[in-house]
Amino acid sequence: MTREAAQFEFLLRMGDNTLILGHRVSEWCGHAPVLEEDIALANTALDLIGQAQMWLGLAGEVEGKGRSADDLAFLRDAWDFRNLLLVEMPNGDFGQTIMRQFLFDAWHRIQLGRLARGTDTRVAGIAAKAGKEAAYHLERSSDTVVGLGDGTEESHARMQAALDLLWPYAGEMFAGDDVDGAMAAAGIAPDPAGLRGEYDAIVGPVLKEATLAIPDTRFAHKGGRTGAMHTEHLGHLLTQMQWLQRAYPGATW
Amino acid sequence: MVAAMTRPSVDQVWEWLDAVPDPEIPVISVVDLGIVRDVAWDGDMLRVAITPTYSGCPAMRVIEMDIETALRDQGIAALALERRISPPWTTDWLSEKGRARLEEYGIAPPEPAGGPKRCPNCGGKNVEKVSQFGSTPCKAHWRCRDCLEPFDYFKCI
Repeated sequence: MTREAAQFEFLLRMGDNTLILGHRVSEWCGHAPVLEEDIALANTALDLIGQAQMWLGLAGEVEGKGRSADDLAFLRDAWDFRNLLLVEMPNGDFGQTIMRQFLFDAWHRIQLGRLARGTDTRVAGIAAKAGKEAAYHLERSSDTVVGLGDGTEESHARMQAALDLLWPYAGEMFAGDDVDGAMAAAGIAPDPAGLRGEYDAIVGPVLKEATLAIPDTRFAHKGGRTGAMHTEHLGHLLTQMQWLQRAYPGATW
Repeated sequence: MVAAMTRPSVDQVWEWLDAVPDPEIPVISVVDLGIVRDVAWDGDMLRVAITPTYSGCPAMRVIEMDIETALRDQGIAALALERRISPPWTTDWLSEKGRARLEEYGIAPPEPAGGPKRCPNCGGKNVEKVSQFGSTPCKAHWRCRDCLEPFDYFKCI
């Protein structure tokens, strides 16, 4: 694999994580339990989609085939997506959405912090910008996980169920491959496995304060970031997200 | 060259830009907001660099259009707008004039402490956060327990 090919893959992973999670979170628009949460979720989605535009825009440049961020977002099929399985998981109830956000935000903030200190100035620039937003998202999702986990009997049960469901999807964030090896060798991105300690140090205390028990398993569902196998949920998401460009190719407003 | 001799000064261009309102918060200008990062002449081409407040700020395109319209109205023919994300925008770049106008308008200006100093409506100190996000990506939602009015707080980043 050439350095450019590895960097393209790496950028797709960053861009697809934010694009797919941004789309998922935007599905709440107009449906959240209270108006304030509706606005908060929509704003979070907006940040993520803005970040996806930057990552995928750079991916298109690095690829050098003239594909724009929009081309990459709307004209690839499920097997060409490189997002973590975690972010394509359905919203479930509000608690499940917040738990998914928290597990992602904690990793995202660490990852962006490292990228911002990397050797590629374009990657570092996007990461520095996105990192401020990720820090804010993490603050909010941490507070909400604690509020709901250490809340009523009902909210606690739902948050524990969400953690039990989603925890096995967290491990994929730390499973490196050749792409990560090439990025780490070039000083652009960290070795994913090296982030696990810092991740556990953020996630552990918050979950403890939320009175939630981390499942006693390190089993990890994988296949999203390598593209080997996505869940059945991604295809359904894409039919909605890509519908307009598929039905009316080239449509603009 | 005639064009080079008649081109307006960079200071003049900054002044014109300071009259372009932010589309979401029209009491402050795009210069007050700190999103105009650079103005420079490159031969006969005027280059203006702007930076987004937030990655997904939907007002960016409108801001670009407003800047372009304002400068064209002043007779600038060759204009290149560049989006620059590094260094990332910070609320430290808000002008003093901008901060004062925000408060007059009912939006509490950003504070390093992470919350508003006082209610922009009644000046009361008894304020509380309702939500970390408000009506636009750059604001949070607070309320005053003295006058009972909700208000926007400009997030400090």
